[in-house]
Amino acid sequence: MPVITYRDALNQALREEMQRDDRVFLMGEEVAVYQGAYKVSKGLLQEFGEMRVVDTPITELGFAGVGVGAAMAGLRPVIEFMTWNFGVLALDQVLNAASKMLYMSGGQYPMPMVFRGPNGAALQLSAQHSQAFESWLAHMPGVKVVTPGTPYDAKGLLKSAIRDDNPVLFLEGEMLYNTKGEVPEAEYTIPIGKAELKREGEHCSIITNGKMALVAMQVADQLAKEDIRVDVVDLRTVRPMDVEAITTSVQKTNRAVVLEEGWELAGIGAQVVDYIQRECFDDLDAPVIRVHQADVPMPYAKNLEKLAKPDAAKTIAAVKKVMYLD
Amino acid sequence: MKTDMKADKRTDRKADRKSANGANGGSNGVDNMELLRSMLLQRRFEERTAEAYALGKIGGFCHLYIGQEAVSTGSISLLRPDDYIITTYRDHGQALARGMTPRSVMSELFGKVDGCSRGKGGSMHLFDRNLNFLGGHGIVGGHVPVGTGVGFAIKYRGGDQVCLCFMGESVVNTGAFHEALNMAGLWKLPVVYIIENNRYGMGTALERASAIHDIYERGAAYNMERAQCDGQDVFAVREAVQAALDRARRDSAPTLLEVRTYRFMGHSMSDAVSGTYRTKAELEEWQKRDPIVLLRMHMQENGELTEEQLQKLDEEIKAQVQDAWDFADQSPEPPPEALWEDVLVDTTT
Repeated sequence: MPVITYRDALNQALREEMQRDDRVFLMGEEVAVYQGAYKVSKGLLQEFGEMRVVDTPITELGFAGVGVGAAMAGLRPVIEFMTWNFGVLALDQVLNAASKMLYMSGGQYPMPMVFRGPNGAALQLSAQHSQAFESWLAHMPGVKVVTPGTPYDAKGLLKSAIRDDNPVLFLEGEMLYNTKGEVPEAEYTIPIGKAELKREGEHCSIITNGKMALVAMQVADQLAKEDIRVDVVDLRTVRPMDVEAITTSVQKTNRAVVLEEGWELAGIGAQVVDYIQRECFDDLDAPVIRVHQADVPMPYAKNLEKLAKPDAAKTIAAVKKVMYLD
Repeated sequence: MKTDMKADKRTDRKADRKSANGANGGSNGVDNMELLRSMLLQRRFEERTAEAYALGKIGGFCHLYIGQEAVSTGSISLLRPDDYIITTYRDHGQALARGMTPRSVMSELFGKVDGCSRGKGGSMHLFDRNLNFLGGHGIVGGHVPVGTGVGFAIKYRGGDQVCLCFMGESVVNTGAFHEALNMAGLWKLPVVYIIENNRYGMGTALERASAIHDIYERGAAYNMERAQCDGQDVFAVREAVQAALDRARRDSAPTLLEVRTYRFMGHSMSDAVSGTYRTKAELEEWQKRDPIVLLRMHMQENGELTEEQLQKLDEEIKAQVQDAWDFADQSPEPPPEALWEDVLVDTTT
């Protein structure tokens, strides 16, 4: 099976879906002539032309709204934010237009569109360029929020997102674009809303999403050397969340660590813990512990950034804590 | 506030007659009687809406269109069925001008299941996909990029449809307006941006909000054709909008059109008609140029309308609005399950 990068997996998904349905177009900053700020859209302008791969001025609110209008008029836009940090500027269109149009119109105007871009921290990009937006975006009804961590997941989920008749908020990662993984040549899709068990073990569940899934898998492989075997539940989608996958795992292991990229208060992990306490109260042998970013804006200095971010060491410590091995 | 259709409130007969004799009917075979019917329907409908609101049949925010009927009728009467309309929360007039039935609009205002948005939207969110009426939006300026997007879709498919994007004059100060018009001017999209300049953004006069007052001039920043016209004269509106539609269809080029008009009621039903941020005297001055009275007088002077015909028309329309009220009253509230419907489209991947 071919091993390709997360970036190329997304590129393939975009290409295949644009070939499949000529209502699909890509719009955003630097997506066309520049071949994509992170080269995700490399080669697409050459293949599909400038009406279908559209460079915009720096106007996130404006071009997100252009996507909404195009969707109302029957097209299937893929709107790229150079990063979701800039997508904040477009939140009015995502929240007040895209997520609500179908409901407010009494079912007349579905929003078959994707908003996508890198999410969360990279390396030393500092406070304004390092934020994880899962919990903000997952809070609102009327959208789906997808956070793939591997090339296989990225391709299958982006294809599903483009085919979905709802607004799908697709959160990638600068740190993920160069990572590699097996991706079949034959066409496939992955259903939105289904988690995947990336590692299996009976001692503890690690529930996670996005680029933290890679950290969780590292943690699982590291702990296995000490004879500690953990489940890694990669949510892949945070709205709707696969509650059954969470509860199945915790009922088996009786212990849980929730690993996320964002901040603590009202983070995605808080929701996971709520599902666990509701559905698995009698199954728990220890309180659930969350591992997340420190409650600070992301600092620039290399050492401080490392202190702020959730990582393998912190996750291993959390697993040992819930197992009372510390 | 009831409009007395018989009162002669004009000041300068000569000037009014001259402007009213402008683009006289014509395109799309719409005649003056149809224009009058459209405008009078909006007026009588909005008068009853105010009553219904006071009786508690309509809740939340309710923004009436009274005084601006020449703008909606003048522009929308020129459209084809496959053209698109998008507007703000002051949308009742445009909805009716487009042909949405009084029953479906009144039912929506009453929050009933037979409403155009099935009771899920309310006054600010009237939608009708069959008539390409894209709402009804509550965030000032938020819908303008959406209008640009409709223009993008038209160009994408190589059509000659047009999108009519209405907005108040306060919208032009928002970032969304700037971004939306820049892209329309840059990409040459077939959108007509109609600014309904009624001089007040809620309680703030234009001069207190905008650095320039002939706001159509902002079109220059977007390399866009621009114009200004008298919004109380339905023929002046038609002439200006027709030019913009022709430009859009022929050249796929946008236009910024500032239409000078006035709302005779407050910003919303919660707002005083006058005496706070605008004077009674100013309101009365503008009421002398009631767009319906202007059209009516033009038609009577040209022998197109007798007193009897006017009375008959008014009675028909009042009956139509009463029918809408009764229908809305009897329409059921949405069932409880409707709470959960249409959050997402059910999809199989």
